[in-house]
Amino acid sequence: MNQARLAGARLSDRLRSSGLDFSILAPLIALVVLLVISSLASEYFLDLRNLTNIARQVSYTGIIAIGVTFVIIAAGIDLSVGSMVALVGVVLVYIINQFADPVQGVIIGLAMAVLSGALFGLVNGALVTWGRITPFIATLATMSIYRSLALYFSDAGEMVSTNSLFPEIGGGYLLGLPIPVWTFLIIAVLAHILLAHTAFGRHLCAVGSNAQVARYSGIRVQRIILTTFVIAGACVGISSIMLASRLNSISPSDAGVFYELDAIAAVVIGGTALSGGRGSIWGTVLGALILGVINNMLNMLGVSPYLQGLVKGGVILVAVLMQYKQSR
Amino acid sequence: MLYAGYNNKTEGIIIMRLKRLIKGALLVGALVLAPFAASQADYRIGVSVPAADHGWTAGLLWWAQKAADDLAKKYPDTEFFVVAANSGTKQVADVEDLMVKQIDALVILPHNPATLQQVISEAYDSGIYTVVVDRELETPAQNVFIAGDNAGMGREAARFMAEKMDGSGNVIVIEGMPIPINAQRVNAFNEVMAKHPDIKILDSQPSDWSPQKALRVMENLLRKHRDVDAVWAGDDDVLKAVMQAIEEAGRDDIKLVVGGGGSKDVIGMIKDEHEVVQATVTYPPSMVASAIALANTGVRGENLGDMYHHVPARIVLDAELITEENAENYYVEDAAY
Repeated sequence: MNQARLAGARLSDRLRSSGLDFSILAPLIALVVLLVISSLASEYFLDLRNLTNIARQVSYTGIIAIGVTFVIIAAGIDLSVGSMVALVGVVLVYIINQFADPVQGVIIGLAMAVLSGALFGLVNGALVTWGRITPFIATLATMSIYRSLALYFSDAGEMVSTNSLFPEIGGGYLLGLPIPVWTFLIIAVLAHILLAHTAFGRHLCAVGSNAQVARYSGIRVQRIILTTFVIAGACVGISSIMLASRLNSISPSDAGVFYELDAIAAVVIGGTALSGGRGSIWGTVLGALILGVINNMLNMLGVSPYLQGLVKGGVILVAVLMQYKQSR
Repeated sequence: MLYAGYNNKTEGIIIMRLKRLIKGALLVGALVLAPFAASQADYRIGVSVPAADHGWTAGLLWWAQKAADDLAKKYPDTEFFVVAANSGTKQVADVEDLMVKQIDALVILPHNPATLQQVISEAYDSGIYTVVVDRELETPAQNVFIAGDNAGMGREAARFMAEKMDGSGNVIVIEGMPIPINAQRVNAFNEVMAKHPDIKILDSQPSDWSPQKALRVMENLLRKHRDVDAVWAGDDDVLKAVMQAIEEAGRDDIKLVVGGGGSKDVIGMIKDEHEVVQATVTYPPSMVASAIALANTGVRGENLGDMYHHVPARIVLDAELITEENAENYYVEDAAY
């Protein structure tokens, strides 16, 4: 028993040194269990097409969840991301349709989408830092404002892109993987480096666990918090590009609905504490994958559509309970 | 050090528990799900509808499931999968999932046509027999399109009301959502009313097909207009909210309320000779059931009934006026709408 524990400790040491630690081991195991059950349950689950579908379906909320992870580590929250998807999408499709040359339209549209996402994030951050409004309230307000603007600018109608190149982004493949999935992975790697291997990442964790202490240690707390919201906004911009280009259109009333909840759920399942101070990008990636696999599995098994929310809610509760037990 | 020791110990325990959990889950999973795994059918038909966010869509899902059950019994070689999505994006994922299941036919009522256009085209182009229900795609990508008669719905309601009102009086219109099918209905209604110069439409406001919103809108309109003779509600659930507002305001000037859709509750009211609610026009959610039946016929390459042709490319269901004379025929006891 002792030996086993020693081996276990050594294993977890090795895992920790390789960038993995227990907080992401739990979601990893949960994902593996889900994968095994799903492949036993449905003959189609391991179908390559199905797996790439899941990865693509996950990438939209996954990219946002990565951005939200930063906000949550700083002990904040962002409820506006779902509405922001719609607003950025409207801006994006509008700009793209202004250009006759498809290449020019796509390049400028994409750049403007990321910029406007970052700008809307900056508004959130400014309300929280300079306006001194708690993140929950500030982003609750902007959630309503962004959705409303999206509906107003588009007259509540779906906006369809006329650019021939645009649908190739979200619908295209590169080396067998859909482009949104590549984007998701690249953003995850960049975000992981930013969080785990830079001064910004260390300062962020300090701010999240105790802002007062961080301030006394000379960290510019306000600027860190502001940056987290800008990161979240930029991620929303990228996600909106992927979604709008996959659908070749954006529906202002429909796009991004409940994405904030899916993103927060992915972050929480991934082991990032809502109280802030610590978190992991890979955990969030796993959390998003877990939600995607659950969705897919329930569909594949033909579970009643009315019951699917119950399973999803149950998984979130189990994840939080495990976190709670662990932190005690 | 103490902290580290504590941590390792809890980790050990949790890992052990997780191992036990995995074993248990695998066993249960394998036992429960094994029967699902081995099903080989000749035909697979996928059905994708929006989730129930109001009475009509609830009826839609109910009819989809009923048709799938009925037809699965009648045709043992056919398997049906019914999925519902609460957003257009989720519905795209649903269709992708259905395609992985290698469906031979797809029946879909698109949440919003432009969002679904791309994925429905993919399904249609890959040779899946596609039936689009109710909401038409901008670029057709289907074998069959089936819908209700939107213009007919407005026209029948207007004709009945004009006749009952003897061609004169004040009317309030509670519209649906500002989307094309709503415009078709309201325009047809207004066209008929335009032939009766003594009928005045006081106000025409959207309710988004939500009873809550309709209640609020109607409360406001009743305060604004003191003399109203008749109300046309674009949906039967909305009609119930309209009735509630009228009753709470104690207004007895309103003599006639006409609905649309044909819900069980409103047909029941008409059947029981309600004083004010005297008619509704069908726009049946059961159209999805017929769509599934069409897909089932079409995917086999069979002719429809005794026709000498395959399933027609466009089918428009009649907008039928329901009054106390024929309400009995339309009442389905256990329907969801």
